[in-house]
Amino acid sequence: MPVTTWRIAGALAGAVTAALALLPVAATAQPRNELVVGMQLEPPHLDPTGSAAAAIDEIVYANLFEPLVRVDQSGAVVPGLAERWSVSPDGLTYRFELRRGAKFHDGTALDSGDVKFTLDRARAADSTNAQKAYFTPIANVETPDPHTAVVTLSRPDGLFLFHMGMGDSVIVAPESAATNKQKPVGTGPFKLDRWAAGDRVVLVRNPDYDGPKPALERVTFRFINDPAVQVASLLSGDVDTIPQFGVYEQLGQFRSDPRFTVMEGTGEGEAILATNNARKPFDDVRVRRAMAHAIDRKTLIEGAMFGTAKPIGTHFAPHHPAYVDLTGLYPYDVAKAKALLAEAGHPNGFEATLRLPPPIYARRSGELVAAMLAEAGIRLKIENVEWAQWLEKVYRGKDYDLTIVAHTEPLDIGIYGRDNYYFNYDSPRFKAIDQQLETVQEEGKRNELYAQQERIIAEDAVNGFLFVIPQITVQKAGVQGMWKNRPLQSTDVTGVSWK
Amino acid sequence: MTAPRRPLPVSLILGAALTGLVLAVALLSLLWTPFPAEQVRVIARLRPPGPVNWLGTDHFGRDVLSMIMVGARNSLAVGAAAVGIGLALGVPLGLLAAAVGRWGDEAVGRFADLVFAFPAVLTAILLTALAGPGAVNAIVALGVFNIAVLARVTRGAARQVWRREFVRAALALGRDPASVTLVHVLPNVAGVVAVQATVLYAVAILNEAALSYLGLGIQPPSPSWGKMLNDAQTFLFTAPLQAVFPGAAVAVSVLGLNLLGDGLRDLLDPRHRTGPLG
Repeated sequence: MPVTTWRIAGALAGAVTAALALLPVAATAQPRNELVVGMQLEPPHLDPTGSAAAAIDEIVYANLFEPLVRVDQSGAVVPGLAERWSVSPDGLTYRFELRRGAKFHDGTALDSGDVKFTLDRARAADSTNAQKAYFTPIANVETPDPHTAVVTLSRPDGLFLFHMGMGDSVIVAPESAATNKQKPVGTGPFKLDRWAAGDRVVLVRNPDYDGPKPALERVTFRFINDPAVQVASLLSGDVDTIPQFGVYEQLGQFRSDPRFTVMEGTGEGEAILATNNARKPFDDVRVRRAMAHAIDRKTLIEGAMFGTAKPIGTHFAPHHPAYVDLTGLYPYDVAKAKALLAEAGHPNGFEATLRLPPPIYARRSGELVAAMLAEAGIRLKIENVEWAQWLEKVYRGKDYDLTIVAHTEPLDIGIYGRDNYYFNYDSPRFKAIDQQLETVQEEGKRNELYAQQERIIAEDAVNGFLFVIPQITVQKAGVQGMWKNRPLQSTDVTGVSWK
Repeated sequence: MTAPRRPLPVSLILGAALTGLVLAVALLSLLWTPFPAEQVRVIARLRPPGPVNWLGTDHFGRDVLSMIMVGARNSLAVGAAAVGIGLALGVPLGLLAAAVGRWGDEAVGRFADLVFAFPAVLTAILLTALAGPGAVNAIVALGVFNIAVLARVTRGAARQVWRREFVRAALALGRDPASVTLVHVLPNVAGVVAVQATVLYAVAILNEAALSYLGLGIQPPSPSWGKMLNDAQTFLFTAPLQAVFPGAAVAVSVLGLNLLGDGLRDLLDPRHRTGPLG
């Protein structure tokens, strides 16, 4: 009897050992090939050529749709649908050679006719492209053969290639362009599986992609508006990565938790105290300078961003080679601010309204800025608004005194030269440099011109220049290949895999 | 021989005590708070409760106790104004409907139905979306709802009074309906209205907190419990106490007013009442 018992026990032990030994094998036999990405906002639709909404690009750019050239993680222009390109010495003619074998998700081949269609559609009079200005220098698009597109410009444009790498410039087909909003048909390594409105967009790997196959088979973009829920869904494991994590007070906990990694990269979102330069008393540069002196960026960044942000003194991203550090131009000095206000005829300060859109950075900064300006005698009435109201009243209607918002487009200092932009800023000096920038191609010279523009808007204290929104990704420790830096609005998952 | 005095309902005593406490804190905040409630000191943020900041500090280093105190004042003021609007317009409307009957009755009834079709918070969100956020708009939005509730309650109670003998007798003696309404009907519906108003006060405080939580009520920097709860949300994992104190403040004041309403109802219940109507 005892022998039998021992035999059974031995067999059991052997089985358990075998099972234990098999476990890791079983786990590695099926490598993880799905990814759940947490996003804050749901896109209004999925056609990047028809809206400025960043959430669209953050799902489809490089994953589902491809432009002629792509902008990579470092901000450099790399091949996209065009394998090669050349520029004529006068900077007017661009010759793009397309990838042979590129196919749309509906099975049709991509050819130069699609390129011509896309560019002509974007620059047409009835174009709904949010960045129509990218395409206005185009004079003519020719298609000498199915794999070559020749674009002729009416004037040289130093940023043309860069702009052709944006989400607004992805190549679409005439057959599907009208329905891309709901059923996007692109050429990318992923295609749309389904969109559950209010919840998620699911992309699956495109088996017919002509380029390198991505490691992931299925990518789910989940929309989680509530910051507290973002934290909870990371902790519970429902979400694998959140590329634009905004709950800064939570970072310490994630950093010390071995299950997660926190990546801190450079972003393009300049947070500014946007100021209506046409409205009294903000039309007086002394008032704007007084406000600049009254804002203590260090405390602001500590209080609103838990120290996780870089200060800026002008409208430019600090990681860019053309960036000039002008944070010392108006040092924090309440007495100076009061003196400037008195000089401008407001010895007792004044009252104004500060409209704040929903993101945490805006609402928190707003409360702190209001408290800081109050020290100098400027009494702000805070008004919290939703995005739709902000776009309508502040951005389009220009009916505001002050607001706090981050401008996330890369290299967007040019907005200060736009007529009728919501800052209501008009500087002939700035615009003169804009004109030079249109024709200058050489990098060093361009950066010098940008630097001049940075100084002009800083000296004019057009807006309160606060900080750059940090580009923080929090994800499970096993995820690799997500972009650390964010030179444009996108979540490129083509190179993402699990360790 | 005097009738034995009925003891006061427990809910009334408890409700009055809690409501009194909130009221006392709100009144005290007019004279004194431990710190200025809006004073920001980032360096002293997220302190736990201690001898200096009894309830700790929030994410901007503001004193939580001071904010709760001023928040009590704001909550009570918004609630009082919202209920005041309801009383000032709803009670006369209800009395009028009961006195006029027929079409007047119908009109008030339909108006109330229309308002009830939209929950109070939803109406308030709509209104503040159109007219902009702020305390005044929140008061108006909550007040409109209260008008409808009080008009309906007053009308129901008043119609019962109109059927009673002493009202008929007064009319038979040649009193005009207006004076009958004022002399006989109003005093007899006052109890019901008082109970309803107390409960509405609790609802108004809760709804104001909801609106402020959504950023549509009292605007910062003036503290409000709803805003404090919203701010606390992202600190649930790191500083959970941030949510506890404003949450408790809302709970205590709503509980107090509800108990007070219950107690008043018990006290004024006609079944226990002795006197001219008993």
